[in-house]
Amino acid sequence: MDILLNKYSNSGSKDTRSGFGAGLTELGKTNENVVALCADLIGSLKMDDFKKNHPERFFQIGIAEANMIGIAAGLTIGGKIPFTGTFANFSTGRVYDQIRQSVAYSDKNVKICASHAGLTLGEDGATHQILEDIGLMKMLPGMTVINTCDYNQTKAATIAIAEHHGPVYLRFGRPVVPNFTPADQVFEIGKAVLLSEGSDVTIVATGHLVWEALVAADQLLKHNIRAEVINIHTIKPLDEEAILKSLMKTRCIVTAEEHNILGGLGESVARLLTMKDPVPQEFVAVQDTFGESGTPVQLMDKYKLNSGAIIEAVQRVMKRK
Amino acid sequence: MVYFYRGKFFNLMKPTTQQLQSMVVQVRRDILRMVHAVNSGHPGGSLGCTEFMVALYQNIMDRKEGWDMDGRDEDIFFLSNGHISPVFYSVLARSGYFPIAELATFRHINSRLQGHPTTHEGLPGIRVASGSLGQGLSVAVGAALAKKLNNDKHLVFALLGDGELQEGQNWEALMYAAAYKVDNIIATVDLNGKQIDGATDEVLPMGDLVAKFKAFGWEVISIENGNDLQQVIDGLTHARSLTGAGKPVAVMLHTEMGNGVDYMMYSHAWHGKAPNDEQLQLAMMQNVIEELSDY
Repeated sequence: MDILLNKYSNSGSKDTRSGFGAGLTELGKTNENVVALCADLIGSLKMDDFKKNHPERFFQIGIAEANMIGIAAGLTIGGKIPFTGTFANFSTGRVYDQIRQSVAYSDKNVKICASHAGLTLGEDGATHQILEDIGLMKMLPGMTVINTCDYNQTKAATIAIAEHHGPVYLRFGRPVVPNFTPADQVFEIGKAVLLSEGSDVTIVATGHLVWEALVAADQLLKHNIRAEVINIHTIKPLDEEAILKSLMKTRCIVTAEEHNILGGLGESVARLLTMKDPVPQEFVAVQDTFGESGTPVQLMDKYKLNSGAIIEAVQRVMKRK
Repeated sequence: MVYFYRGKFFNLMKPTTQQLQSMVVQVRRDILRMVHAVNSGHPGGSLGCTEFMVALYQNIMDRKEGWDMDGRDEDIFFLSNGHISPVFYSVLARSGYFPIAELATFRHINSRLQGHPTTHEGLPGIRVASGSLGQGLSVAVGAALAKKLNNDKHLVFALLGDGELQEGQNWEALMYAAAYKVDNIIATVDLNGKQIDGATDEVLPMGDLVAKFKAFGWEVISIENGNDLQQVIDGLTHARSLTGAGKPVAVMLHTEMGNGVDYMMYSHAWHGKAPNDEQLQLAMMQNVIEELSDY
């Protein structure tokens, strides 16, 4: 009964942030316009290699995130492609107005790369966790918002966004999680990835919840529920076509994300359903609260962000069909 | 080096100070007519920085003909205190970046001349949006770093308001630029001592700014009368000579808000207030030159 998991087997757990570091290392070799900035978190963001290989293209800004965003905006003037690195909280909420005016409104080609997103950075607690960042970023006109699910995809996304002209928010995390997407994948911004086909329910997941969705789908199959699992790595622009196409078969949907229920992927999907195809939806997301200290597994359990929570949501939504 | 003056490009020869003095008056007229026409905008700081902006674009900066965002192989400028957009727009138009007639669209719907400067509408001459204060110096530092990476020996200029220095991001940028020897930047502070709610010394005293900038590792010079065109040209020329020596350069530019219009001077009242018909007429009478070319 492990058909699905066999197709997407874990090739060895890794953290998504290391995928970012690997992608940046690759870009250092292939694109001389790529520059990197960090606000005193080189180790946490896995930017050591880039710094070592290209010291002239690496800028240690210190604990001054507002200045980092402004400097990144300035570096684009002259043709550079800046990648900024810090925790998701300090990448977004702390510097919202700098991103809004100097980057988004100014159409600057800055890649805001954010680690330690969501609850799963764990023990540091709510000051360092952020569950509002997708909402903050997706509301900015012109901003592309990406939340990758594993090491391979994060690496591929990091490389892909250098080729995309315009501001991008790339969100990834700290914990070691299954690495299950192909190492040689071509990352297409705004293009959903269909992971498993099904006809009873659509599960649309992003980030760390994608693996949980696959685990849930596997469990559901034991109960003769065939779930279609879609990896939405790009929350904006949303691949509306892929979602609507799936719903033609399944007629109900569960969205799953490591984010507040307000402002995240689920709300983007709900807007789409309201406009185009109103079918029942259930949300797997944090219920408008802050996080807290704990291990990643404890937190994902307490805040109902795991395969078990997805299965429960599937059961609820199928009753509403 | 190309100079655009009265609708013509001049190569090699810089305009004379006399010619620039006429342009200062013309720019003042533009500022006043622009804000009057829409009964909004910021004439006070604009008038205070008119000599600076004219000197910068017409004498100091080494600019290419035409416009591109990257600004390679030319000096570039960032306005951090974006609310003085009237003076920026007027000087850009009269330096050849866009048609002078377009000044009539200032703050109108569908205009490229937004209330505060933006790249969003594609107005030539603008390289970043400003208006929300305290962000321009960081952007200028970034552009200066890009110039170094590109082996471009040209300079980056920035103008900051004094009240704006109350925003903490400026001090992050000051610290960074000195620590990493960003010595291809000249940041000018418009020291008019006034902000919306009153004198800067009453709203939030900032103490000895020269000492603070020096303590942050900047080379600092002062221009005692920032409304004396020759002093501004001499001061900025001096500042230019100090670049490339391992330190970022700051210019403390002492100006009078509302300069050139007697009833606007020595007060913060005209920071963000437009003259009425009668007041405009009075201001125009105080700013007359032989060859007027109002838009």
